[in-house]
Amino acid sequence: MSDVFFTRAGKLAARKVAGEVVILRADDSSLYVLNPVAAAVWEAADGRTPLGAVVRDVICRDYDVDPETALRDASEFLAALAAQGILHTSEQPLPPAGQALDGARA
Amino acid sequence: MQARTTVVVDVGDVPVALSTGDPTLAAVLQQRFHRFLRPSAAPAFHFDISVIPEDAEDGDRDEDLQVRSEGGLWRLRRGDFRAEWDPDTRRGWIHQRLSPYAADSVLRIVHTLLLSRERGFLLHASSVVRNGRAFLFTGPSGAGKTTIARLAPSDAVVLTDEISYVRRVGDRYMAYGTPFAGELSDSGEPISAPVAALFGLAWAADPVHEPLAEGTAVQILMRNILFFAADPALSRHLLDTACDFAGAVPAFRLAFAPDARVWSTIQ
Repeated sequence: MSDVFFTRAGKLAARKVAGEVVILRADDSSLYVLNPVAAAVWEAADGRTPLGAVVRDVICRDYDVDPETALRDASEFLAALAAQGILHTSEQPLPPAGQALDGARA
Repeated sequence: MQARTTVVVDVGDVPVALSTGDPTLAAVLQQRFHRFLRPSAAPAFHFDISVIPEDAEDGDRDEDLQVRSEGGLWRLRRGDFRAEWDPDTRRGWIHQRLSPYAADSVLRIVHTLLLSRERGFLLHASSVVRNGRAFLFTGPSGAGKTTIARLAPSDAVVLTDEISYVRRVGDRYMAYGTPFAGELSDSGEPISAPVAALFGLAWAADPVHEPLAEGTAVQILMRNILFFAADPALSRHLLDTACDFAGAVPAFRLAFAPDARVWSTIQ
């Protein structure tokens, strides 16, 4: 899972408010609120940085959590948002949000 | 040829003309919007309304609302009406059953679309003006919006007990009265005032009145703002506005029992 690449889906509006990220999905007005750790993953969703690097370089640096637990939690979070269509994931680097996503899993 | 009646309904300083050749519908609209009629106002938008005969077979009456944009033209449909609106020409039409609710719904939708680009929104909330300041009380159905409006002191003016109209004007947010009411409630008063506070409502035997974090206020707003269009650009505008509002207007959690003394804590 540490080599998973991820990027944001299109048709979303997102804003960071007091450390949390609020995401509004345009097609059905669903609302998602990410806590600060999940927000760190969201903000790193550039399609080029693998999840393992985000966990090592951001989450473990900023939060008191062991790498194994952090990676497990981040992987679960990533899978949940991918299942909701909020993020796209792939085993290969992805184009930035809003561009073609052939082969990516949403 | 039957004479047409035009009813100009002014909500939020946006007069909308509703024109119909059906005298019964004209009377229904005049009654529905009686406090918000501005016959002398120059309409910003104009809708021609025709009535679907009661015995007509015209689709599924229980059809859910659909709102979509095609080439700049908004198409609206629900079991009791079809409508189109062109913001560029400022004209539209409504083909509806004989009731006040179809035109009411079209007006709500038109205002949400207009407000989304003007740092504003319609909110599931009652709003009350006291001492020149507006207080918004939001929450889902049953949270106490109507109750707290009815408990307001005699020197207060109810802008609405169901749907609040909020728009940024200059450096502050203003609340305007609306005629948008449920079947059993009356319309609000057609005045406006700067918004002093937002309250997220809940019921409790022991009253609770505590500040809300900005992020929580944004969540409460987003869960209660009326929004009908699956449009990414409008969604971004709406979220931006909710965040801006939460940063500009203090928000509180207000849990209360149905007792007028709750108003002693609302300043």
